[in-house]
Amino acid sequence: MAAPFDLNDDSVVVVIGTGAGGGVLANELAQKGVSVVALEAGGRYLPEDYVNDEWESFGQLAWVDPRTTSGDWRVSRDFSGLPAWIVKAVGGSSIHWAGASLRFQPHEWKAKTTYGAVQGANLLDWPITGEELDPWYTLAEDKLGVTRTGGRAGLPGNNNFLVLEKGAKALGYKEVHTGRMAINSADYDDRVSCQQTGFCFQGCKWGAKWSSAYTDVPRGEATGNLEVRDHAHVARIVHNDQGKVTGVEYFDKDGSLQLQKARLVSVAGNSIESPRLLLNSASAMFPDGLANSSGQVGRNYMRHMTGSVYAVFDKPVKMWRGTTMAGIIQDEARHDPSRGFVGGYELETLSLGLPFMAAFLDPGAWGREFTSAMDSYENMAGLWIVGEDMPQETNRITVNHDVKDQWGLPVANVHFDDHPNDVAMRNHAYKQGQAIYEAVGATRTFPTPPYPSTHNLGTNRMSEKPRDGVVNKWGQTHDIPNLFISDGSQFTTGASENPTLTIVALAIRQADHIARELSAGNI
Amino acid sequence: MKSPKGPKGLTRRQLLTRVSAAGAVFVVGSGFMAAKDAAWATELTTVKPETFASLVQMARDIYPHDRIGDEYYVLAVKGYDNPDNAEDIEAGIEALNSAARGKGFASYLDIGWEADRVRVLQSMEESPFFQKIRGGLVTGLYNQKAVWPLFGYEGASFELGGYIDRGFNDINWL
Repeated sequence: MAAPFDLNDDSVVVVIGTGAGGGVLANELAQKGVSVVALEAGGRYLPEDYVNDEWESFGQLAWVDPRTTSGDWRVSRDFSGLPAWIVKAVGGSSIHWAGASLRFQPHEWKAKTTYGAVQGANLLDWPITGEELDPWYTLAEDKLGVTRTGGRAGLPGNNNFLVLEKGAKALGYKEVHTGRMAINSADYDDRVSCQQTGFCFQGCKWGAKWSSAYTDVPRGEATGNLEVRDHAHVARIVHNDQGKVTGVEYFDKDGSLQLQKARLVSVAGNSIESPRLLLNSASAMFPDGLANSSGQVGRNYMRHMTGSVYAVFDKPVKMWRGTTMAGIIQDEARHDPSRGFVGGYELETLSLGLPFMAAFLDPGAWGREFTSAMDSYENMAGLWIVGEDMPQETNRITVNHDVKDQWGLPVANVHFDDHPNDVAMRNHAYKQGQAIYEAVGATRTFPTPPYPSTHNLGTNRMSEKPRDGVVNKWGQTHDIPNLFISDGSQFTTGASENPTLTIVALAIRQADHIARELSAGNI
Repeated sequence: MKSPKGPKGLTRRQLLTRVSAAGAVFVVGSGFMAAKDAAWATELTTVKPETFASLVQMARDIYPHDRIGDEYYVLAVKGYDNPDNAEDIEAGIEALNSAARGKGFASYLDIGWEADRVRVLQSMEESPFFQKIRGGLVTGLYNQKAVWPLFGYEGASFELGGYIDRGFNDINWL
């Protein structure tokens, strides 16, 4: 049967979310002939709809449904209702992402073995190895057209990169280049090459950056095997007496509650919404929420150890011009405990436009210390720090029954406290970042605190043993054989790399597994 | 400390002079419109002119940019001049003046030095009023497209073809 599918058609796979995880999974399954209904809470926006204006774009794309926060992280103080900067739209946060596409380092799949016991950290090795994922990484790189892989050239460096590169080399860093980016350096896969426009975070108006919004989603739909329903906000996953999931309840674009039956359900709503949905789906049989016999649903929330360093020079940089994140220093990504912490971090170019710089340079600050920095906006360069943070059981997504969203559903509370390892790593990275710019003559530098989280990870983590996590090596929940997780919430640990490439590789691999198991009648 | 300006702060005439000296050119935005030659004091619908003048000064003292004219600060806080906000604003500015009096000044607008006004603001930094005004300015001031060029920021570039032929790598001093 071809799309559109009937609500009572229980032969379909329902995928919740259409970003890097869900969008890819839905397309890959559709390409293999599996019938898929993808439910997307947001609307549909394509490159012609994106806007080169930070706040206007934020209003168009950002997930701004109510959420609450707690913990000692500064985001909870400065942006108490906005713990994460992620997207609510067909294509999800793959519209907003910067395009940085890095493979995990081999040791990062074995964080517990490599780092040993770290007090307060709930470390665990992934149930898969780097070697196992290698071929899937290659497929993902080819799908995304990642530069500096598969014979594809690197992007040219913009002003912000040239400043970073010079400072990095002055400090003796060796692995400095314009990144491995899912942004075309030459026309590839029906997408044009990068026009150095900036505004990568606002959706690429050229389509030079890969996003599932205008690649995997329409290609899946073109098979006739995929139906994407936008403005479909999932409320609950339902199950039968045998403990298998049977369908998904969602509010449609008219606000009516619908039930789509399903043979298999995959959850890919990002690491805040995915555990929220499992918890909100609690039933008499599963009073603690679906797939939560381990008690790990929502726990081990990771957001990467992040921060930024901005620097002012005596002459203009115009950092906003060109590809936002095409610049990286990888020397600090190694595991080297002599620096005073386990794991490592990447340093990547970053710029914000003037409006977002005002909001994020030093949230809450005012007076001349702040405004004199803004006065030098044109002369600023900037980098983003992205490093491995420690999974902690107490960093978690819970359901806040005191606050309801527009559908009357309890919202997610995001609790986060920095681990001492995160703090030590951030301080090291601030120092290095400031030294990089001072080596090029910076007159003033700013160790800027983390923004609302973009890399939300780990809240339905992968584990070999059911008691340690929520899903197995295929993203299949330990408790419910026809319930899968397909987003970054399956990450056992966060590694130091931007997560999207790994999410895509896992989704391609998962689609292969699901299609095989379905045709074999094993699910 | 006694101010030479008298206890009532800026007079309406002073306000008008101030705005005209700044060469006020109003743009369309925030749901209101004013003609090029209009005096903004006469545009006020709800809050008192003295109150609004204090609010504008407060806005500048929170985010002081010496190269940015008053008209941008006016626009940034003009949205509070309505019945929904007037009561809060009048009360907030009265608290501001009260804090100024507590430090020996006749009113907030009577304080001659920015540093002295900043000390008054610091004394009420945690108040919901201060936080509301400061928070609103982050977008009210910095998201005005008309101020972007004053910071060198170029805004949207797609319509101009990006920077691939317009200097994405034109840095010449490294």
